Amino acid sequence: MNDAAAIIIRAVQYRFDGGTALHALDVDIRRSVITGLVGPDGAGKTTLMRIMAGLLKASAGQILVDGLDPVTEAAELRLRLGYMPQKFGLYEDLTVQENLDLYADLHGVLGPARASSFAHLLAFTDLARFTGRPAGKLSGGMKQKLGLACTLLGSPRVLLLDEPSVGVDPISRRELWKMVGTLADAGMTIVWSTAYLDEAERCSEVLLMNAGRLEYAGTPASLSERMQGRCLQLRNIVGSRREVLQKALRAPEVSDGVLQGESIRLVLRRADEPPQLDGLQAGPEAYLVEVRPRLEDAFVDLLGGGPGGESVLAEHMPETRVDRGVDAAAMISADALTRRFGDFVATDRISFRVRRGEIFGLLGPNGAGKSTTFKMMCGLLAPSSGTAQVMGLDLKTSASHARRQIGYMAQKFALYGNLSVAQNLSFFSGIYGLRGDIQAKQIADMVRVFELQPFLATQAGALPLGFKQRLALSCAIMHQPPLLFLDEPTSGVDPITRREFWTHINGLVEKGVTVMVTTHFMDEAEYCDRIGLIYRGRMIAAGTPDRLKQQATRAGEEEITMAEAFIRLVEQDDGQREELRA
Amino acid sequence: MWHAILTLVRKELQAIMGDSQTRAMMIMPVILQLLLFPFAATLEVKNSTLAIYNEDGGAASIELIQRLAAAKAFPRLIMVNSEEQLRQSIDAQQALLAVRIAADFTRRLARGEPAQVQAIIDGRRSNSAQIAFGYAQQVIRQFAEEQRPQVLPARLTVQHLYNPNLEYRWFVLPSLVALITTIGCLMVTALSLAREREEGTFEQLLVSPLTPGYIMAGKAVPGILVAVIQGSIIAAAAVWVYHVPFTGSVWLLYLSMLCYGLSLSGFGLFISALCANQQQAFLGVFGFMAPAIILSGYLAPVENMPVILRAVSAVDPVTHFIVIVKGIFLKGHGFVQVWPHLWPLLAIAAVTLGLAYTLFLFRSGQ
Repeated sequence: MNDAAAIIIRAVQYRFDGGTALHALDVDIRRSVITGLVGPDGAGKTTLMRIMAGLLKASAGQILVDGLDPVTEAAELRLRLGYMPQKFGLYEDLTVQENLDLYADLHGVLGPARASSFAHLLAFTDLARFTGRPAGKLSGGMKQKLGLACTLLGSPRVLLLDEPSVGVDPISRRELWKMVGTLADAGMTIVWSTAYLDEAERCSEVLLMNAGRLEYAGTPASLSERMQGRCLQLRNIVGSRREVLQKALRAPEVSDGVLQGESIRLVLRRADEPPQLDGLQAGPEAYLVEVRPRLEDAFVDLLGGGPGGESVLAEHMPETRVDRGVDAAAMISADALTRRFGDFVATDRISFRVRRGEIFGLLGPNGAGKSTTFKMMCGLLAPSSGTAQVMGLDLKTSASHARRQIGYMAQKFALYGNLSVAQNLSFFSGIYGLRGDIQAKQIADMVRVFELQPFLATQAGALPLGFKQRLALSCAIMHQPPLLFLDEPTSGVDPITRREFWTHINGLVEKGVTVMVTTHFMDEAEYCDRIGLIYRGRMIAAGTPDRLKQQATRAGEEEITMAEAFIRLVEQDDGQREELRA
Repeated sequence: MWHAILTLVRKELQAIMGDSQTRAMMIMPVILQLLLFPFAATLEVKNSTLAIYNEDGGAASIELIQRLAAAKAFPRLIMVNSEEQLRQSIDAQQALLAVRIAADFTRRLARGEPAQVQAIIDGRRSNSAQIAFGYAQQVIRQFAEEQRPQVLPARLTVQHLYNPNLEYRWFVLPSLVALITTIGCLMVTALSLAREREEGTFEQLLVSPLTPGYIMAGKAVPGILVAVIQGSIIAAAAVWVYHVPFTGSVWLLYLSMLCYGLSLSGFGLFISALCANQQQAFLGVFGFMAPAIILSGYLAPVENMPVILRAVSAVDPVTHFIVIVKGIFLKGHGFVQVWPHLWPLLAIAAVTLGLAYTLFLFRSGQ
């Protein structure tokens, strides 16, 4: 036995009625480090987690967690293992302290050890100020911290975290990461499954899974190293960067590409074989620079490259019309938008305008007022003062007419899970007033564009995640809205599906659709033309992604990431607030 | 915009029929209640036990015992031999009713004097024991009349109008139409909206061009449809399976069902507008249904209730609908007789739907 391995997995298989979730997996997980578990949706990450936690029994093979078999020695293992599932079982009506008490009782933490571990964990998670608050009233980040605290109550030696950072803002995510890092330094073995590859990049080890197989196990650096010389950035683009991206992705030399602010990041199939710049029509000033490979580049490459730049959807959509009298510079406009809940001011005089064919991103920490703003913009919430308008129509006074212009895609999959795909399509086209031949044609087009034919009779809730998202998007755009509102559209979605989704969005934007999006993915933020950063109810910064990055860059520093810029801008605001008080 | 409502209604019906659990929830109660209610929820006293303590032992007492034994209500007799045993048989609920025949029963009858028979009733089961006592009394009275044949000065003859043989099913089944439709309609209106709220599809409806009025109509119409379908099944079973007479007109029954469904969906939507999730809505539905049925006059006559409860009963849609259905089934009621109970249903619907709409607007604009 390898002494350094905390978890030993030998030829582990998992089969279920519909097929095989894990094919003969062989891997050792090192002690006292953070191991990242990454892979597209349906790769088998959660299945593996649950097998390690003893919640599922492997169909074949052997697994030892800290020297114990998770099934036969479950009672013993339970004392040494902490498992935090995707949605941790917090009791939302109980307070933070009551939740801790409950889990302490369940873990058998009693006597003097109880008070000291509460004190320690509350200090550790910085939740001491909130012990009296119901768990349901905590922000997403704080909920995850409390979940972690509850998991840590039994002082486990092995900690399994299943996507702990989904829906958590970059600041809370960084705090969570620091906390877990401290635990690993103290000797805890941690397995962290995640869809955020920038996060996985900081793990000591990564396991990359795809379709139930282990594609890679090792350090993130050596995986990224394979990409050396293949990652480029196209800078100084003149003209539409989306069109350039589309052309670049068409080039045979390019395997993957994404927007990064004003620039485009390209991944080549082979090192030193860049695409012809003339063919990209990026303007005379454009040039290519080699950049440091990221884990995400390697990830996408390992899975066979990105989905390509063609959006069949965009080809099918007509150019959006703008009615006469509508100001193309203010397709969406907020004017001193304010919303109060009792004494609490959720959004404080926020103003912005979005022009036609622009992607406007709302960023901000959990609970900063981003969702409130978003909800007011699509008419789900009435403002306390100020106005929210779409295409010159006030969402308060001409609500029904204004909402007809909007396509809306919610954060959570919000279609009818127990209706079939066909029924969902006909329902959503129906409530937007489509009927007869037009309705039938629109539905047929969506089915063709998104390749939904084989799933027409499938219940929407049973679709694979990627298809759920396609269905959600098609339901949002069947009435060909000139405006699209996307609320964290790719939360918890893997990079490949996310790329496919954005290919469609970019295609729609080229047709003149105006998009407003909220996101916690900083990569996604870079796809936006402009970003509004909302913190404590106010818009503390607005501008292009590059502007925001520059704004946060300190003298003598090279370019920083969007996540770093986000955190710094929020901290700067905190600093100014302190100064004002002093 | 009829098309939008049609779309909403179709979606709702697809959701009910597409989900095996929901489908079962709509159909199973109808079938179960149809099978169980007419047999289980009967006020007729059959199959009960009579305890007899015969201190006499003479010919007349034996004759009386044989007559009691022959009564349909008492297939089992327990003969006891002491006061202690008599008490025990009631205590242990072995017998519903005990009859004690005094030691001088035969002697006094022979002398032409009035004789005593004591009946002991189990007060814990007062209702059915009272009925059993009625049967016993009938037997004894007949016996007494035969013993002393003489012309009584006056005699009360009872005829049960509308239900001549006091068939309990005639009473239960029309009421069942009301009870079952209540459950079905409330489930669809109250629970499904709460479910949409929970699953996030509600927001998806709110950002669509549909106005709150349409969304509510889209919930109310399927609720009414479910109520009408369930009601029709029970009415049909009542007529063709249980042979309850149907003396009124079919169109009037459907008109009433429609009005009743409207008033129920008002309550259902009101509950759903108040509740944040399915759990709360479920409690809300039961919080409404239990008192609504108790106060409806189905279990106890409204006239016997205190004034306040009678007032509550007057705004309870179940009360009115039970009266209507029974009237149409058994009494051949026409529109004129039904109207006094039809307009309260419409009034209730107007108030509850109005309230639900206001609350709905308030909550969705929050």
